[in-house]
Amino acid sequence: MALKTEEMILNMGPQHPSTHGVLRLELELEGEIIVGAKPHIGYLHRCFEKHCEAMNYSQVIPYTDRMDYLASMYNEFGYVTAVEKLLGIQVPERVEYIRVIMGEFQRIASHLVAIGTYGLDIGAMTPFLYCFRDREKILSLFEQTCGARLLYNYIWVGGLSHDLHPDFIHQAKEFIKYFRPKIKELNDLLTKNKIFIDRTANVGILPLDLAINYGISGPNLRASGFKWDIRKDDPYSVYHKFDFDIPIGQGAMGTVGDCWDRYYMRVLEMEESLKIIEQAIEQIPEGDVTSAIPKRIKPAVGQVYSRVENPRGELGYFIISDGTVNPFRVKVKGPSFVHLGIMNELLKGYMIADVIAILGSIDIVLGEVDR
Amino acid sequence: MIYDFLFKITDSNIIASIIQSLLPLFIFILPFALFAVWLERKVSAHMQDRLGPMRVGYHGALQTIADILKLVQKEDIIPNEADKPLFNIAPVLVFIGSYAVFAAIPFSGAFIGSNIDLGIIFIIAASGFVVAGILMAGWASNNKYSLLGAMRSAAQIISYEIPTVLVVLTIIMITGTTNLQTLSEMQTGHFWNWMILGGPKFGIAKFIFIPFMIINFIIIYISTLAEVNRTPFDIPEAESELVSGYHTEYSGMKFAMFFLAEYANMFAVSAIVTALFFGGYQSPVGYVGNLFGIHWLIPIEQFFWFTAKGIFFVFVQMWLRWTLPRLRVDQLMTACWKYLIPIAFVNLIIIGLITVL
Amino acid sequence: MKEYFNNAWSALYTIFVGMKITFKHLFVPSVTIQYPDVKLQLPERERNRLYVNMDDCIGCDQCARACPVDCITIETVKGIPGEDLGKTSNGKKKALWVTKFDIDFAKCCYCQLCVFPCPTECIYMTDVYEFSEFERSNLIYDFVTLTPQEREDKKNNYAKFEAEKAAEKAAAKPAPATKPIENQETPKP
Repeated sequence: MALKTEEMILNMGPQHPSTHGVLRLELELEGEIIVGAKPHIGYLHRCFEKHCEAMNYSQVIPYTDRMDYLASMYNEFGYVTAVEKLLGIQVPERVEYIRVIMGEFQRIASHLVAIGTYGLDIGAMTPFLYCFRDREKILSLFEQTCGARLLYNYIWVGGLSHDLHPDFIHQAKEFIKYFRPKIKELNDLLTKNKIFIDRTANVGILPLDLAINYGISGPNLRASGFKWDIRKDDPYSVYHKFDFDIPIGQGAMGTVGDCWDRYYMRVLEMEESLKIIEQAIEQIPEGDVTSAIPKRIKPAVGQVYSRVENPRGELGYFIISDGTVNPFRVKVKGPSFVHLGIMNELLKGYMIADVIAILGSIDIVLGEVDR
Repeated sequence: MIYDFLFKITDSNIIASIIQSLLPLFIFILPFALFAVWLERKVSAHMQDRLGPMRVGYHGALQTIADILKLVQKEDIIPNEADKPLFNIAPVLVFIGSYAVFAAIPFSGAFIGSNIDLGIIFIIAASGFVVAGILMAGWASNNKYSLLGAMRSAAQIISYEIPTVLVVLTIIMITGTTNLQTLSEMQTGHFWNWMILGGPKFGIAKFIFIPFMIINFIIIYISTLAEVNRTPFDIPEAESELVSGYHTEYSGMKFAMFFLAEYANMFAVSAIVTALFFGGYQSPVGYVGNLFGIHWLIPIEQFFWFTAKGIFFVFVQMWLRWTLPRLRVDQLMTACWKYLIPIAFVNLIIIGLITVL
Repeated sequence: MKEYFNNAWSALYTIFVGMKITFKHLFVPSVTIQYPDVKLQLPERERNRLYVNMDDCIGCDQCARACPVDCITIETVKGIPGEDLGKTSNGKKKALWVTKFDIDFAKCCYCQLCVFPCPTECIYMTDVYEFSEFERSNLIYDFVTLTPQEREDKKNNYAKFEAEKAAEKAAAKPAPATKPIENQETPKP
């Protein structure tokens, strides 16, 4: 007679060191093998979209910071781009350049967190600390310019809250010089480590058709082998002026679209961001950054959808204006939320240790999933 | 020697043996654990460009004592659904397992807890005891994560005992003894008499041995690493997956017991590696005591060399821990069954052939 | 077979590469700052606790309206004619007694939106960041310089003045409405 067995239900999270916040995964296990996974979200819901309806357009900006708290600058960037499109105003060239510089620095900072915590999930603690050390340098640049380290409220509709700090350009150059060797060191320490490759290559393979069906964007989509970057394919701001590559997943260590590819996309993108920053610093024009800020933001009745390439993927804002000072509706299409949807498909058949590896490689921020 | 001395002053062999059996705990394991925890924190901190503990004492030297005081004061929490007797016994069992190992470790020519002829075999057997404790802890906690951790741990420790034993066998084949004291005495003289460099017998065989001995050393080091659940084999306690595995539910003193056992184990396996390959308590360059003719100094020097070598290997364990990611369960088994065991077997056969010839 | 040894070799080799890096870092000076003993030099644009210079505040309520989290509460009472409220540092005449200016730092999100609209630049962010409290209510900062007695007085004065005016109005019903009070206020000779 066969022994009766049943699946074990394991609650991973919301209090778990590797669910990157308050995600709860309900795992159905057979031994260590996963037969089903259900993500539960909402532990960090703060009614962002409802709040926006009671705010005027500029008051929304501090709230956008708090969605994807690792890429606050880019959230503001996206929101502001949408509102400017709604208002139909042109902002000075210098403002756009500064936005791009800040956005790319934010992309590096965000990817550093993604890479560092991914190492931590896999079990390597040291790269995490190295990444955070370098991220702190970027945050100090931000702090010097706008006074805050995490939640900036820097990019405003029509302009910026402050001009660049006089020392900023110099320090940014210093940082680029300092940071290039650090990427190499990170590659030696983590990316090319055999154990790390064993843990991540051929794990959590996301085929391209599945990725497109689920609406995956950003580094995760590119890792699956599709060259899609809104900065290139639907350029906003001044991105068309810069020369940079879009890295795509090659399957160098295993299959195209595995965890290692997704991880490596972020390493490569940091280098591309450095390239963009270098060019932007060279070309940045002089000008006044506050001149185009409207005194009173009161768009005409209408609606707008605008999207930007957030560090995590496509961040879209859909804003409806009813002609008053408050937006009628602000809808956010966040990449993390969309990416979380694929968890059930991706996790089946892998082991518990792989859950951590796959979840980390998707790189979600729960602040943006729940909003 | 120490036993004789104790016997002389207490005039009772029971009291003497009790005192002798407690000696390593109080003069060695506890201070070592305090030091090793501090060392681990400092090593990890400096490798990560941090400072680590700096507040209590000079560069945080007394930090561990402060932590122990905190742990002692903590409330002893036992989960309602836990299997209480097993839950309480488990940490003790784990600690006994790792403490028993110290009985046969030759700290110096004058002090070895129990000079049994089957020393190395006894150590391997006694360290298997730890598995029972861990499994018990995982089961009794009644926590799914703990259970998974315990299961992984049991599978891992049992598997990795095989390459360890295979390597030990090669050493036994060469030296013909399982007594650790004899083994250490054999490697006397200078460092070229150590087993890693082919052993004390001079000849062509010595030089042929060297590459195989190095491979042997790497194998035993990796497998002992797995036996004490250190990175990259720390999957039983994998904090990012299992939230520290079998000791998730423990707090206070019981947690301290696990902690102490872990660090005691770390030293124990380093001591085995030292005794087998790096001359045990023998000095690599000769003794100051011999130079000046002070004979009572020699055992103390030997003790120093033994702990120094042991702590060096403990340091390497820490170094590895703060460098490497962690393997997955199946990869861990692959590493053991597909890599370490076959290579160890081939090594065993080759060394066997050489010794026969 | 070749792959087998390649795997074993690459595992050992990459481990050694990693170990080399971490060993080098043992001797790199650490980046930690011993926080309460050593403190970072904060940049001048640092955005931490708000400060209100009440000498300059005219009680215009613009900061409270700009705040996205409503953490600023302002109550004002008009000064009665003949009262001296003083001038702000940039020469504006004050017309309102500020009887309540509370900022709840438990709510404040340090976004600096309140700083820009201020006409007299009397509200600004400082670099003070160590102000934790055990009670949440202690985080409500009262910036008003008047004593509680004075605040009551101002309120009562104005209420009395209003009442008198209403009585006057009632007495002389057909009389035209008086001008706004602000403009009548003149400093005493």
